[in-house]
Amino acid sequence: MDPLRPSDHASQAPTQNPSLGASGWLRFIWRQLTSMKTALVLLLLLALAAIPGSLVPQRSSDPNGVVRYRQDDPELYELLDSLQLFDTYTSVWFSAIYLLLFISLVGCILPRTNHHLKALKSPPPATPKNLYRLESHRLESLGASEAQEDVIARAERVLQGVGYRTRRYGASVAGETGYLRETANLVFHFALVGILLSLAIVTGFKYSGQRILIEGTTFTNDLASYDSFTQGPWFSPRALTPFALTLDDFTPTYRFNETSGAAEPLDFAATITVTEEGGQGEEVLRVNQPLAVGGASVYLLGNGFAPQVTIRNPEGQVVFSQAVVFLPQDQNLTSLGVVKVPDGLAQQVGMMGFFYPSAVTLESGALASVYPEPDLPIVTFNVFTGDLGLDEGIPRNVYSLETDDMVQIAGGDSENSALVLGLGQELDLPDGLGTVAFEALPRYISVDIHRDPTQLPVAIFSALIVLGLMVSLFVVRRRVWVRVNDSGSGTALEVAALSRNDDPAQGKAVDDILQRILKAEENRLSS
Amino acid sequence: MIEMLATYSLIGVYSAMAVYTLAFLFYSVDLSTRAARPAGQQSASSQNAGDTLTPEKTSMRATFYQRVATAMMMIAWLVHLAATILRGLAGGRVPWANMFEFGLTATLLISAVFLGSLLWRDLAYLGAFVSGFVLLALGIVTVNYYVDVVPLPPALQSYWLVIHVFVASLATAFFALGSGLSIYQLIRSRVDRSGGSLPRLMASLPDAATLESLAYRLYVIGFVLWTFTLIAGAVWAERAWGRYWGWDVKEVWTFIIWVIFAGYIHARATRGWRGDRAAWLGLIGFGALIFNYAIVNVFFTGLHSYSGL
Repeated sequence: MDPLRPSDHASQAPTQNPSLGASGWLRFIWRQLTSMKTALVLLLLLALAAIPGSLVPQRSSDPNGVVRYRQDDPELYELLDSLQLFDTYTSVWFSAIYLLLFISLVGCILPRTNHHLKALKSPPPATPKNLYRLESHRLESLGASEAQEDVIARAERVLQGVGYRTRRYGASVAGETGYLRETANLVFHFALVGILLSLAIVTGFKYSGQRILIEGTTFTNDLASYDSFTQGPWFSPRALTPFALTLDDFTPTYRFNETSGAAEPLDFAATITVTEEGGQGEEVLRVNQPLAVGGASVYLLGNGFAPQVTIRNPEGQVVFSQAVVFLPQDQNLTSLGVVKVPDGLAQQVGMMGFFYPSAVTLESGALASVYPEPDLPIVTFNVFTGDLGLDEGIPRNVYSLETDDMVQIAGGDSENSALVLGLGQELDLPDGLGTVAFEALPRYISVDIHRDPTQLPVAIFSALIVLGLMVSLFVVRRRVWVRVNDSGSGTALEVAALSRNDDPAQGKAVDDILQRILKAEENRLSS
Repeated sequence: MIEMLATYSLIGVYSAMAVYTLAFLFYSVDLSTRAARPAGQQSASSQNAGDTLTPEKTSMRATFYQRVATAMMMIAWLVHLAATILRGLAGGRVPWANMFEFGLTATLLISAVFLGSLLWRDLAYLGAFVSGFVLLALGIVTVNYYVDVVPLPPALQSYWLVIHVFVASLATAFFALGSGLSIYQLIRSRVDRSGGSLPRLMASLPDAATLESLAYRLYVIGFVLWTFTLIAGAVWAERAWGRYWGWDVKEVWTFIIWVIFAGYIHARATRGWRGDRAAWLGLIGFGALIFNYAIVNVFFTGLHSYSGL
């Protein structure tokens, strides 16, 4: 699994050909799986397998895109869905690749760890007979003034001084350095396994919920208060710590770009009163600035307008009064909203509304919003009567109106034009049903509240990954031998090195060690 | 004021491109004169480029044209730097917040890493590749991706913009140089394989093994930076979107690039994969990086739609 696997590692032993038997086959398969070549192929497969998930919308990140895909091309959708292409990263084939890769990885790093622990305990290997065969080899003749033993002792001190672990072998000394490289490399790979394990184990405790919060309203943290909620298998509602959030104010800041004519958002700031067991405090929530409350994090996801709509029956009694959340459809916050009045009027009434914060009338007579701020806020309603479909107990989307069983009485092809209301205005509903008023214009924000306990372990392992990577790629594992040769003509000092990996600085290191030994020699002579 | 600074910046970009063109021409002339020189003069040079042991590591002596080209490269880089700084001043922020600016900064870093690496090794033979690539990239980016200076949208208002994007462009610079060496390596090893005598041009370059080991060192630095990019991106995503990983298209491609270069590093240690195959992997990795920038940003829908186009 690793570039630096020692050359004497088990997997590099020659494979035997004779009949294998069951355990032999298992061992053979294991060897194959944990071999470097397999790991490499699996890595490349993983990169390849990740591509489709970027070409096809994913349920996890773009559920609406998947729905659109289904509408646009149902046949292709069926085919791709049967291949799990809309869930690429949890699909059987993607999972198979990364699980095999991790098995291969574990099968590689466990024996390597064992091997490395042994290496850490054993001394540097004996000095080879023919040092001159090594790539960096230096030979320097010394004056015969000093005993062999003293020179070797000095060489050993020099090696130790520059961080080598040493061992004397007769008239030579062996040194090895850079054990940290393999240590760091193992740390890197174990940290990868650590990330996978923490994802596998801790993800079960995750939860995340979304909620729309209108100015002036309060959210309390319990399961029933969320608009939508997803949870891991081991989540317990007790994990929801009691707290409450009140949206006091939401202020967006825009800048008008004179060249493009578009409004550019500069800042979205929500002032929120947080009530916890300990007390109350005011906090500002921004896009890149989540709130940490009661072990959970609160994120600002979106915002819009929630016009306060009040409907009265012909007697003037209020039958509906609510800030209605309108969902933004474009940059200038032209928004879409639905009002459903099941009770209190002569008939069930449904209204489909458009909201324009800065309304202008186009040449076609249609309205449009030209700026996301409420400079001239207008709500328009198409009105329907009939069955809202709320009585059968089937859950209905509050943001859409099923008009199949309803009759349109205002807007569209009906005889009345759509209701157009400015802020503070009130109009009669057709057929003497009552009145509708646009009374106030609070804003709303949508927030995501969640707790992801995988964050901490993943963060720790990621830090280990970077650290392990840097150390393992830039530390060099190198052996150096120094030998004193006595020949008839005098004493010669021999220095040579062998590195286990790419070592551009090998020659320099050998020269440096030689110089240090010679310098120590000079110092001795001059003192 | 802002518009004036942005205009000066753009003038700077065009001027830098003009000087890069000169550098490219001189580097090309240099390569062709090497090809014309008698082979004997060059045989010594081919060995030393990758070897620190030889005290005269500059024995691959710079020709007149090469020295002029490198001087041009430095001038172009300074003008490029000024243009980038002006762009930053015009925006009142770091100059890497949209595709045009990312291109501007990434190419600046490619030149910077190239010029810096000349202090480390004689890589001047890469000059034609680097100046050509930077010139082409700057031209494409300016023509296709230029946008006026606009304030940062709230989603980008984070110091992680400074860290994450800068490290990503630095990683891009190292990968770019590495892939330049990989291209030279592949040509060289193809020439070697074909038997016959080396064309003089190739003979003046280091051998395939040296090119590969130089490329490896650049890729490895790029890989560490890319790992950091990925992690810093995850941290930022957690702040901005509430999750550190969500398989957004850009996250997917960052991951793919990471895995390809991880594969490259392992390939270098696998028998049968060193050499040409590893070089191809490096090139595929850099190709994926370019794809991630030029295609994914523009044509794929995702959360990273900050290209400003």
